[in-house]
Parts: sequence; structure tokens; C-alpha cells
Amino acid sequence: MSDKSSKIKALQATGLMRELMGGHFRELDEAARTRDRKIAWCTSVGPAELLRSFGFLVYFPENHGAVLGSSRAAADLIPLANARGYSPDICSYLTSDIGSYLAGRTPLQKAFGMEGVPRPDILVYNTNQCRDVQDWFAFYQREWGVPMVGIDTQRSLGDLTSDHMDGLVAQHRALIPVLEQVSGRKFDLDRLKEVVASSYRCTQLWKRVLQLAAHRPSPLTFFDATIQMGPAVVLRGTPEAEQYYPVLIAELEARINAGEAAVAGEKHRFYWEGMPVWGKLRDHAEQFAGMGVCVVASTYCNSWIFEPLGASDPFEGMARSYTELFIVRSEAYKEAYLKRMIDLYAIDGVIYHDAKTCPNNSNCRYGLPKRLSDSTGVPYVTINGDLNDLRLYSEEQTRTQFEALVEQLPGRR
Amino acid sequence: MGAVYCGVDIGASSTKLVLVGADGRVMARAMEPSGVDYAATARRCLETARQAAAGAAEPTATVATGYGRDNVDFAQETRTEIHCHGLGCWHDLRQAMSIVDIGGQDNKVIHLDENGRRREFRMNRKCAAGTGAFLEEVALRLALQVGDLNALATMATESVSLGSFCTVFAKTEILAHLRRGSPVQGIVRGAFESVVARIVEMDPLEGTVVATGGVVAHNPMIVEILAAKLGRPVVMPTAPQFTGALGAALTAAGLHEQTRPEPA
Ligand code: SF4
Repeated sequence: MSDKSSKIKALQATGLMRELMGGHFRELDEAARTRDRKIAWCTSVGPAELLRSFGFLVYFPENHGAVLGSSRAAADLIPLANARGYSPDICSYLTSDIGSYLAGRTPLQKAFGMEGVPRPDILVYNTNQCRDVQDWFAFYQREWGVPMVGIDTQRSLGDLTSDHMDGLVAQHRALIPVLEQVSGRKFDLDRLKEVVASSYRCTQLWKRVLQLAAHRPSPLTFFDATIQMGPAVVLRGTPEAEQYYPVLIAELEARINAGEAAVAGEKHRFYWEGMPVWGKLRDHAEQFAGMGVCVVASTYCNSWIFEPLGASDPFEGMARSYTELFIVRSEAYKEAYLKRMIDLYAIDGVIYHDAKTCPNNSNCRYGLPKRLSDSTGVPYVTINGDLNDLRLYSEEQTRTQFEALVEQLPGRR
Repeated sequence: MGAVYCGVDIGASSTKLVLVGADGRVMARAMEPSGVDYAATARRCLETARQAAAGAAEPTATVATGYGRDNVDFAQETRTEIHCHGLGCWHDLRQAMSIVDIGGQDNKVIHLDENGRRREFRMNRKCAAGTGAFLEEVALRLALQVGDLNALATMATESVSLGSFCTVFAKTEILAHLRRGSPVQGIVRGAFESVVARIVEMDPLEGTVVATGGVVAHNPMIVEILAAKLGRPVVMPTAPQFTGALGAALTAAGLHEQTRPEPA
């Protein structure tokens, strides 16, 4: 049923993205060698803007986790962390990354000529997504004796109340003295406002990119978006991110105007809920394209849209942005959100990825898929797998389940 | 002689092949261990079946299913096991049902509505627990042939409970029971109950429940245990190991739900 020749159309803009991302990594590498600029490690969903306002170069270990997954370097690295007492059941970004540190090996060396991952001056986390990030950063805190600070966000939130917000804003402000001390700079509110405004513009551009996939046929797949989101994750708040997305948007709009599809002959439109299986991105993209399926949208890629950054108070904007996200919210919120996505993108089928080592991104564990399918009539499938640890993934089962979901769609036999 | 349609189901342990006529009636079945050369096994099964059907013609169309579905060089199309098991059972029973397929390497639950359309399906998690592979491990640990298990389970006067999800843990539980002198029959019965426990964890199994696959074909006791657990009878189709191959053959014959003739 699947066609072997590739039906995927590559995006030209990617070349520019690689250049910009390369610039970012080389800048970090330079700073790590010369120590002439301070480096902060930060969790992927904040509070990066605050760090940038102090002049820190910001490095995101989760992005490194994804690089280790998609390059499949993770396979040899995870066991090294497991052997040190980091369980195979915890975040495989964490175990891949610590394994990479223990082995002294990272794909960044070959890709960007870096010495290794850039050693930080400070580690800054936000537990809005999970507790693992804190324990992950704590490894490096012990290893290098660098300070670690963070925001402790409540989880499974329904409505965000003013009590939540007050506490979170206070936590953001409480970081200022230590950031002043490590950076050697005074806090500058105007600078923060500029960075937040830049991040906001990046968010708007990224949102536009993703929403173009609502067009039928879609000019973009989820698999493309997981790559294209690079600048929205690691460069937001910088001019480079703002430089990139207009180029990508122009290319996608040109596709739409020319009637070109990301998946030639798009017949069905799927939604991906959960983490990508990084080491199988290409295989999944090919399998779906071979079946005429475009996976048009995902929770994952939409998680880097931070609308509240447009607020007049930058602290309020950051606190709200990083707490309003899907991953931080209650089951009822998530169900309503997914329902909106199914409508917006005219979805025919939903894939839930139950990622063994990332419970907080696995939204199929409390009966949601069945409830949503019953209320929308849209069929679904749940695959068992993982973001980085391919020992937890069955190629055959997954392939069959994707295919069976397509067979099940109306009008197929 | 009329047109012949072929369905071949290459499973992890065995290859099953069914030939049907244009009306969907079964002409012959054949089965062999899948081995390592799937294409050759499939071709041998085809020859066996054609001989059994008194020299039936070359199939007009062939559909392959199962893990080895892409390896059958004489198949024009492939379908998943999920599609084929559903169609095979529907052909036999023609009612809304929950199909439980216990295979060599995985378990499936497939829900069909009253029109034979699939509403939902599930596969077991990435683990041998509750599959044929688990029973093979148990047989090995007890120094038995897999073929002996059903008779032993039938003889059991009591059942030894194996609580663990995990096949490796279940085997260590077996060792502990052997040390304590528990009877082998009771341990086998406990292993069968563990298979059923893994199945009922997958799905609430509402409505008519149909059991298929090699494991139930060889171990009818498992079906009895499942029925007792559910508190109502569990249906077995005519040849439970061949429902996937039958569904593939029916697909080859174009006999999917809308066009299939009503049962006589
Ligand atoms: S959200 Fe998941 S992938 Fe991300 S750091 Fe936490 S456990 Fe790891």
C-alpha cells in the first residue's frame, strides 16, 4: 500500500535556516572557548527572554536532546547514563544528553566544528513541562559547580488565576539578583521589553507558518515543522529568528498559490499528538506520504506559540506564556484544545504517541483518545514508542498501526 | 473451473493461505511455519492449497497480510492484519463484534459495527506478555512442548497465579512455584489465565466476542477461561488461525462489506 519513491517535497528555505542555526552554535562555541560572553542553559519553554536581556547567550539542552535523537547517536549514549543510575524509564533527552557528556561526544562537533556542548555560567529551568528538566540540570550543577535557578510552575492547571500569575511573576522577578550577579550587568527593563517584543514577533511568524497547513492541500507537514521550528525554539528573541520565518512563509505561500502540496496527491489529513519519534522522522514522513497522508498539525509544534508575550508588562507576558501552554494544562483543557485543532485543520485521523519516557507529553493515558474520538467521530491510533530511546519502539507494530488507521477511513475498504 | 482468489497471511510464526472462489466460498487452506524465506514459504503454501483444491487455477488476484506482507512476490496488494481479521470474521458471523486475535508476537482487539465496519482497534504494548511467544517461553521453562499445554491446563485441579506483566518476571515466578512443588498442570493453567488477563486489560470487550489466531486454535482452554472471565460465551470462527488469510482472500475477490453477498 505504500509507494517507495519519495512523495515529499523539500523546502528551499532550510538552507538559510541551517546557516542561521550554525551561526548560533558557532557563537556559543566561541564564547565557551574565550569566556568573553556569558552562557546560560535554559529549558526550551522559558524563561529565555529574561536571560537574553542580561546579554547571556542561551543554549537549550532539549534541542541537543532532539539532535541526539534524530542523528540516532542516542542509542549508544542512553546506556551510559543508565549505567550511572539514571533509569531507562526517565526522560530519554536527559539520558541521551548525560550519556553524550559522559562519552565526550556530540553531533554538534561534526556539524558545527564545536568543541563540545558549551559549558554554562548558569543553569535556568522551568518545571512547567516536567520535573526531569530540574534533575537533568542538577547533574551539570554538581558536575561543574555552576549555579542553578528556576521557576517552579504548578501543573495540570485549568484556568490560570491571578494567584497563579502573581506567584509566577514573583518567581521571575526573584531571578533578577542572581542573574545580575552572574552576568555582571544590571537589570534593564527596556532591554527586556525589546527582547520580549522580538520573541512575540517570532511567535506570530511561527504561528503563521503552522496555520498555512490548514490549507488543502497543505504546503507543510508535521515532519517539516519539527525541523523548521528550530529558530522559534533556539533563536526567538533574536533578529535571526525574525529574519528566517518571512522567507519560509513566502515559500509556503508560493506553494499554496501554485497549488503545490507538501505530500503529492494529499488524500487524508492527520494530527500528531505527543513527541516525535526523532530517530524515525524520515521513515514516518515517507510512510505517510506513500499513503497519501499529510500529517498537517501537531500539539508539539504549536507549543512554541506564546501569544501573551504581547502583554504590556513583560513579566506578566513571560509568566503567562510559559504557563498557558498545553503541557501545563488540565485534561479538560487539552481535550477542548485538540477538538479545536481537529476542526481548524480538517483532521481525518489522530495519532497519539505514548512516549515511554515522557509521560507529560503522552496525552493518551487518561482515556482522552476515546473520549475525543467518540465526540468528534474522528478515528485515532495510539502507538507505543519514545522520543529518543528506540529500544522502546517497534517498527513493525507502528507501521501496521499507521496503515490500519488509513484503511479505517471512510471511503476505504 | 472458475476464478480463484488467494489470501496469504505471513505471521511471525506461521504462514497461512486461503483460496476462495468468486462467491467467497473457501476452496482450500494451507499452513507452514514462516521460516526465513517468506516468499518461498508463501509459494509452497499456494502449491499445497492448489493441490488440495483439486488443481485449482493460478489465482486471479492475491492479497498479502501479516508482518511479511511486503515479501509475497505474487501478491498484487497488501492489507494490514487488522483489516483482514476483521473481514474474515465478518464473513463468518455478520454481526457487530469485538475480535480478540492472539498471535505469536502480538495481540489485537478489533471492533466491528453491525455493518462490518471497523470502529476501533488496539494492539498490545511492546512486550511478549500474553502472546504466543509468552506460552513458548513457559513451555521451555517447564521442559514441555507447546502442543502439550492445552491438555495439561485441562487436567489442572487448581491454578497457580502468575501476577507479573513481564514475561521474564513470570518465568521467575514459575521457578518459585516449581521450588515450592506446585503441580505443572496448575502452572500451565496459571499461564493461560495470565494470557487472558493481558487481553482483558486491553479493552472492555463489549458485545459479541470472537477469538482468533493460532494460540486459541491450539489452546481452546484459553477461550474457555476468557469466556468464564467475561461471563458469557466467546465465539470461535470456523478456522480461527485462518481468519487473516481469509480476509485477504476476500479482499482479493473484491468482496468487501458493501458488495459481499448476503449469507445463504
Ligand atoms: S517534557 Fe518530556 S522530553 Fe521534555 S524534558 Fe520533560 S520528560 Fe524530557
